[in-house]
Formats: sequence, structure tokens, C-alpha cells
Amino acid sequence: MNIANWLRALGQTTINALAHLGFIFRFFIAVLLNTPMAVTRARLTLREIYFAGVLSLVIILVSGLFVGMVLALQGYDILSTYGASDSVGVLVAMAMLRELGPVVAALLFAGRAGSAITAEIGLMKATDQLLAMEMMAVDPLARVAAPRFWGGVISMPLLAALFSTAAIFGAYVITVQLIGMDDGAFWGNMQAAVDFRMDVLNSVIKSIVFAVIVTLTAVFEGFDTEPTAEGVSSATTRTVVHASLAILAADFIMTIFMFRGV
Amino acid sequence: MPSSDDIASLNDVHFGYVASRPVLDGISMRIPRGKVVAIMGGSGCGKTTILRLLAGQMRPDKGNVVFDRQSVPRLSKPELYAMRRRLGFLFQFGALFTDMSVYENVAFPFREHTDLSEELIHDLVLMKLNAVGLRGAAYSRTNELSGGMARRVALARAIALDPLLMLYDEPFTGLDPISLSVVGQLIRRLNDALGISSVLVTHDIYQSLKIVDYVYFVGEGRILAEGTPEAIRSSTDPFVKQFVNGEEDGPVPLHMKALPLATDFLGRAIEERAQ
Ligand SMILES: Nc1ncnc2c1ncn2[C@@H]1O[C@H](COP(=O)(O)OP(=O)(O)OP(=O)(O)O)[C@@H](O)[C@H]1O
Ligand SMILES: [Mg+2]
Repeated sequence: MNIANWLRALGQTTINALAHLGFIFRFFIAVLLNTPMAVTRARLTLREIYFAGVLSLVIILVSGLFVGMVLALQGYDILSTYGASDSVGVLVAMAMLRELGPVVAALLFAGRAGSAITAEIGLMKATDQLLAMEMMAVDPLARVAAPRFWGGVISMPLLAALFSTAAIFGAYVITVQLIGMDDGAFWGNMQAAVDFRMDVLNSVIKSIVFAVIVTLTAVFEGFDTEPTAEGVSSATTRTVVHASLAILAADFIMTIFMFRGV
Repeated sequence: MPSSDDIASLNDVHFGYVASRPVLDGISMRIPRGKVVAIMGGSGCGKTTILRLLAGQMRPDKGNVVFDRQSVPRLSKPELYAMRRRLGFLFQFGALFTDMSVYENVAFPFREHTDLSEELIHDLVLMKLNAVGLRGAAYSRTNELSGGMARRVALARAIALDPLLMLYDEPFTGLDPISLSVVGQLIRRLNDALGISSVLVTHDIYQSLKIVDYVYFVGEGRILAEGTPEAIRSSTDPFVKQFVNGEEDGPVPLHMKALPLATDFLGRAIEERAQ
């Protein structure tokens, strides 16, 4: 292939990607404009909070616990060679709040809840349910998209907080209960080092951004599904892949702005 | 000619999903009030497209679609949604909501569009289900229904808000002869009992000639033939005869338009030899 063809292909891909992004953005605006029903009929949104949030609890809590325990074991191993094993709690808390909590919880959420949202909406599209809704004069954006979007956006940050909490508890179990570190030092150092604005608030901001990314991707891919069985399965895969990559990219950018010069 | 006796009509409608390939090429038809009208034609001739145009899902490129004295293509989105409350649409496979029970499916239009009390909704849902003979299935899950039952539940849902016009997209496909007859009679009975009008898209000429008042044959984007069931049965039109008797070749060719055989099979060989 010669250079001109290659450049043309690159240009075409870029244009397509931008057009796709624009399309997603317009969808985002449309969902926001169709939000009132998700508020006035809170049951619709509560149902989605149950499916996206409550049903993700087990995987989030178990994963958080294990991530915290592993981090504590490794951290203790390394920090004790510098005589700083008192700081294991700090290490775990910082790592979880600043990065791992929001990021890993969002990745798990994309796999557990995002894929389910896409598959459900995609199936509704493939079996004409969305069209049937429109024919009954009910807007699927208001009845299907908005409650799922807000259900996800509300659930995800809470799950991320629980994920970090479980991890810190896991680290506590390892260092204090198993290794026998002083629990006053564990909690005290952590409390002294963790900054509310710097660490906790940024963690919340990150998890909200990731929540929007994952849920918007999931709902959009559902509506954008090609109405066949293969269409649904490839849309589900796309949700997980695109959402995961977008989370990592957004995390990198936010980390630069939040923690530059720390 | 369109008259105020028509609940809906298409006037010289042209339409194509892509500009290069028109699907409908000047279709005119009338749906008189109180009648059941069938639209027939081969697969892919644009029958579903006609229903979609009637329901305002798409706009014609040229020509007009009228429903209840309103010009459908000119309606704004809120007006269109208001219009659709007077329209029932039965999808080919029912399109029941799979995350709801039968009861909730039929209750859906009431919950979305009315402020009726739970007791009233309960009675209405059971009445609608009774009309299609499935009151006993009210508390079943949708995946426990057979294809024919699912379609009848969808019918109960479609007539929930007492539409003026029912659109049926191939309600007979995949049904055994008994269910088929049940659904056919149901369509006719509901039409007459509720005083509504119906459009029935179907391949099933035998079943539909028994229940409809008027038939349009569509092909190549036009109306190829039309008439009452008696006129259709006794028609000498070769196209109608082919359709009624189910002959495989006739005015409707067996083969889709394609390149000449020689070009398709030998094209590469010819090109290679030329080099
Ligand atoms: N969404 C679409 N985009 C592009 N082309 C379409 C679309 N839907 C239908 N078509 C084309 O338009 C033509 C008419 O389709 P339509 O679904 O109205 O046919 P039909 O008469 O209902 O066929 P069938 O009996 O198989 O249901 C077909 O050739 C089809 O390929
Ligand atoms: Mg069709």
C-alpha cells in the first residue's frame, strides 16, 4: 500500500471516529433531555439501580477485599525492607482512593452491569420491543434509556466507594489481624496522610466520570445494536472494550490534572 | 378518491430507504372506516414499509399519508405521538416486553397514558385479555407463551386504548392452521365489535380472503391489482391468478433481477482472457 492510500485510510478512520463520538454526544444530550420521567417515576430508576448496583455488590465487595489483601501483602513486604511497614495502611488507602478504587470498580462495573444493559436493550431492539414502544406513543429514550443511565450513574460511584472500603478492610485484616501490626498505627497513619479534598474528593469525581462513561456507552451501544443475534453479541463486546479503554484514557488525563505537582 | 369516510389513505406515495432504490413508486390506497383491508404481495415488496408510513415512523419522499384527516408526514413529534394513541400496531412476532408479565404488558399502555387507579387497570387488563381469549394467562410470563398466544396478548395490548385503526404486520406467520384461524377470526370480530378499521399485511391469501373486505396487491412499488374478495377469486388478471393459485413462475418472476448468467459465471474467465 502506498503512502497516499495509507493517509486516506487514516483520515477516513479519524473522521468516522469523530462522527461516532458526535453521535454519542447527541445521544447523551437526548438522554439528558428525556430525564424527567426517570425522576417523576422513580420506580423505573430504582429498578435499574437494583439491577446495575445491587446485583453488582457481590463481585465488587469480593474483588475489593482481595485487591486490598494482596496490596497489603506486597506493600508490607517492600515497605518493611525500608523499615516503613507502619505505612502499609497509607499505601493501600492512597492507592485505592486515587486510582484503583474508581478504575477497577468501573472496569468491573462495565463487565458486570454495562454488558447486561447493552444486551438487554439490544435484545429489546432486535425483537421490535423498542419500536413497539414507539408505536404505543412511548419514547424509548425516556422509558428505557434515561432510567438505565441514571441507575448506572447513581450506582457506580457508590460501588467504587464500597470497593475502596472493602480493600482497606482487607488490608486491615492482613496487616493488623494476620501480621500483627499495631492497629492504632494502621488507622492513625492513614488518617493523618489521607487528604479529604486531594484524595477522597478526587476519588469521587473520578468515579462519577467513569460512571457516566460506562453507562452512556452501555445504553448507547444497546440502542445502536444491529437488530440480530450477532448484532447483540458484538454490541455487548463493544460496550466492555470501549468502556474499559475510555476509562483508562480518562483516568490518565484526570490523574495528570489532579495530581500534577503532588 | 379519498373521502371523509376513509380513516386513512395513501395518495401517490413514493418512498425509498436509499435514494437510489425506490421501494414504493406511486402507491395510492384507501382504508374505509369499519373495514378490514388486506395488503398482499411478495416478500420485500414494501408491505411493512406501507405500515410504517401509516404509523408515521418514516416520511414519504413524495405524496401524502392521511390518518383521521391529519397529514401524517407534517405532524410534529408530540402530534405524532398523540396520533399513535389512536393507532394499534401488531408486530409480526408480537414484540411483547420480555421483562414484564402478560398482565404488565397489557397494563403498559394504561400505565403510560392514563392516571387510572390500580383496580380499574386490573379490570381493563382482564377485559382486554378476555377479548382475545387469554384471561387465564394473565399471570404467565411472556416466555411461557406459544407464538400464537404471544400474538394474541400483543393484540390485547394493541387494542388497550381503543384505537381507531389497527395495523397488523403478518399476524399469521408461523401459526398452525387452528391458531391461524383463531387469530383471523379474532381480527375480524374485534374490528366489528370495537367499530374500528384494520389493515392486514399478509401472505396468507386463503385465510385473509375469508375475513377481509378489500384487497390490495402490491408489487414493484405499485398497486398491481385490487378488489373485493369475490372479485379477486374470480379475477382473470394473470398476476392475481398466480398469487391466488401459488404458481411459482408467472408475472412475478422466480428469479431476482441479476446480471445475465454468462456474465455472472463466466465474467472472471472473460476478463482473464482479455488480459
Ligand atoms: N431499514 C431498512 N433499510 C434499508 N432498506 C430496507 C429497510 N427495511 C426494508 N428495506 C428494504 O425495503 C424493501 C421493502 O421492505 P419491507 O420490509 O417493506 O418488505 P415486506 O413487503 O414487508 O417484506 P416481507 O414480506 O418479507 O416482510 C426490501 O427490499 C428491503 O430490503
Ligand atoms: Mg414485512
